Amino acid sequence: MVHLTAEEKAAVTHLWEKVNVEEIGGEALGRLLVVYPWTQRFFEHFGDLSSAAAIMGNPKVKAHGAKVLHSFSDGIHHLDNLKGTFSKLSELHCNKLHVDPENFRLLGNMIVIALAHHHGAEFSPSTQAAFQKVVSGVATALAHEISTVLQSGLSGMDIIYLELEDLKWPPH
Amino acid sequence: MVLSPADKSNVKGAWAKIGGHGAQYGAEALTRMFLGFPFTKTYFHHFDLSPGSAQIQAHGKKVADALTTAVDHLDDLPGALSDLSDLHAHKLRVDPVNFKFLSHCLLVTLAAHHPADFTPAVHASLDKFLAAVGTVLTSKYR
Repeated sequence: MVHLTAEEKAAVTHLWEKVNVEEIGGEALGRLLVVYPWTQRFFEHFGDLSSAAAIMGNPKVKAHGAKVLHSFSDGIHHLDNLKGTFSKLSELHCNKLHVDPENFRLLGNMIVIALAHHHGAEFSPSTQAAFQKVVSGVATALAHEISTVLQSGLSGMDIIYLELEDLKWPPH
Repeated sequence: MVLSPADKSNVKGAWAKIGGHGAQYGAEALTRMFLGFPFTKTYFHHFDLSPGSAQIQAHGKKVADALTTAVDHLDDLPGALSDLSDLHAHKLRVDPVNFKFLSHCLLVTLAAHHPADFTPAVHASLDKFLAAVGTVLTSKYR
């Protein structure tokens, strides 16, 4: 759940009307892969990620960034129910893709930086503050399924054994 | 994480483009941090934190001047920032998790004011630089 004041909601929706979702999405994901190169571990099948230029120009990065930001857009229109809005995506990211939730926070900050980059002074401190709440709320909603797994009675070691099975390790 | 020669060149280049706006950007970054991450205000309960306050301006200048010192001594950050490290370790004791919030807001400020120069590669170098500064400032905590 994220609690925005009326002014914050207005600031977010007002700016979002001007946002080029595809462009911001591609830029945010690209910057994530450039600035935090270890995040490339989830995208080895994307082809050439060998340099900043390659990453920012990579069509798969741009396409995936656009997809991500379209989902994020959904969140903006359902701020009162982020958990429900992202529950399937959370299941996917936590249980199939095995993404450390820290990555959602990093990408959220890259979205904030991309918005500042494109909108300059209009991305005022108070508008940024509203968006920080949104990205934090979305990150938490996406991480929700991990806390569910941990509460299901599986211990940390059980989860590690399940992961190792997934990876077919050790080789017999 | 070590600053490569390319990182150092990117950081010096970006800092030169800031020109005389360091104090202004420092103050803006602080304002963005206090609004976006309200728990950081706990370290400034003695300040007037209204946007544009004289204390925020003054502190923004202090932060910018310290970063300028750091930029001028990229090959010896621990030496150049030693007094500030002592200050943070023994007097200020700002919890280490907080440095990344100010760093993030500094990056947001630079992105907003210098879009053409804030390329992904420069962004990466600046992020590494600010992380290195934060590490040095907390290096004497224990």
